[in-house]
Amino acid sequence: MFTPPPTFAGFGLGLRKEHYRDFLETDVPVDFVEVISENFMVDGGQPRHILRQVLERHPVALHGVSMSIGSADGLDHDYLRRLRALVDEIQPLFVSDHLSWSRVAGFNSHDLLPLPYTKEALELVCRHIDMAQEALGRSMLFENPSSYVSFAESDMTEWEFLAAMSRRTGCGLLLDVNNVYVSSRNHGLDAHAFLRGLPADRVRQIHLAGHTEVTDLLIDTHDQPVCDDVWSLYAEAMSLLGPVASMIERDDAIPPLAELLDELAIARCLSERARDLREAA
Amino acid sequence: MTLAELQRDFRDWLTHASPEAVQRLDPRAGMGMTVYQNNYRAQLVGVLEASYPQLHAWLGSTLFLEAAIRHIDSRPPHGWTLDAYGADFEATLRGMLPDNPDVHELAWMEWSLSESFVAPDATTLPGDQLADIDWDLARLQLAPSLRQRAVTTNAVDLWFALQQETDVPESEMLGAPGGVVTWRQGYTCQLKPIDPVEHDALLSLRDDPRFSALCDALVARLGEDAGIARAGELLASWIAARIVTGVA
Repeated sequence: MFTPPPTFAGFGLGLRKEHYRDFLETDVPVDFVEVISENFMVDGGQPRHILRQVLERHPVALHGVSMSIGSADGLDHDYLRRLRALVDEIQPLFVSDHLSWSRVAGFNSHDLLPLPYTKEALELVCRHIDMAQEALGRSMLFENPSSYVSFAESDMTEWEFLAAMSRRTGCGLLLDVNNVYVSSRNHGLDAHAFLRGLPADRVRQIHLAGHTEVTDLLIDTHDQPVCDDVWSLYAEAMSLLGPVASMIERDDAIPPLAELLDELAIARCLSERARDLREAA
Repeated sequence: MTLAELQRDFRDWLTHASPEAVQRLDPRAGMGMTVYQNNYRAQLVGVLEASYPQLHAWLGSTLFLEAAIRHIDSRPPHGWTLDAYGADFEATLRGMLPDNPDVHELAWMEWSLSESFVAPDATTLPGDQLADIDWDLARLQLAPSLRQRAVTTNAVDLWFALQQETDVPESEMLGAPGGVVTWRQGYTCQLKPIDPVEHDALLSLRDDPRFSALCDALVARLGEDAGIARAGELLASWIAARIVTGVA
């Protein structure tokens, strides 16, 4: 039985091409960086070269988007083999992916598609997490996705599903606060209940990002600064969770690095305030 | 509905907007399902645009989008990496624009550059070891990133003009077919036109990597002195460009 990886109470950024030069040539004040695993699961060339150089300066977390842990067709063993090779080479801080599915019957949507929160899905996801953690030789983190539909078949909440999944497999959780906000707004859920329903001792990392509103739906676009409501939820999460790794994700309309560092400074400030309140209580 | 059935219905909605599939999934979820379908198609168009920037410029946005939609509708993605999605875009273009070899050749070049970019790393052949090599027995090792094909149009000139944003020439057929290679020199991708002799020489090395066999073939084609001289020139240029990365 695996257990979640050790806590790491640092502040980081998602590493994107636009900022490679900053990270390779300057001393960027972050405690870790997160990279998209698939971008580096290649045979050679500049991506692996850059990753090796970044590793000399910062701890690196691997964040995947293609494991498809909820696929009814099972896991892709070639994918797991390539991910294991990358994990062995860089010894990442965390290895994470999403509670979602992408593949079915030879088709890959390359999107983080939602699961119904049913006993059948829980059994399957837990079986796959066991297989993935065995294949990688270490525990993983799984992230709550943003979703735009919910299924009538669901017989538990998303946070109940995440809690049961973590308890049964020993995996840790990556709490995406923006995704909690987006899904709660889209489905009329209570975001505070979502946070309180998660097993605090299992959360190892937090994602913060922006979203876009399109005709009554919030879309997880990662192309905006973190909004005030999400910062409020983050402050609440930090008061519930205690020290965990926090980071800003930006995947589109990527601004100069200084703007992301300013957002990270807000996260540091809110985290410190939450720590002070916890200690005073 | 089982999880497998739900996921197949979701696929049917994404790939061909099956109304029956979305009805079975959740009739209350119409708008959300549209978001997923838009995300699916927009992402695939985006990855094709990123994989084929010069082809996009050459065709123009309207025709490129038409080709992208045709590709998405006929070839849904199946690999674990989105980066692989453009692998057979040239085949879609051949079906859509069968009489435009410049388009096919541009597509091939752009995809080959993508492949070369992440091909396995190669060692560099130390210059001081060359003098000790017995060239009668030497077997040349080509860079793992090397890709080559024959070309019939001036697509290489088109690519360079598009990439450097200079005046783009008219598309035209070459007087005689030539070749083109892509490879990676260190961490930088390279593309260059090659003449028919070099094209055939590189092709022959894939079947028989012996330098002596290459010399024999060039002597048979060009004559004794010119053949040996050309073999030496090619070898020197390949080593300098890191197209040849080892000698066994």
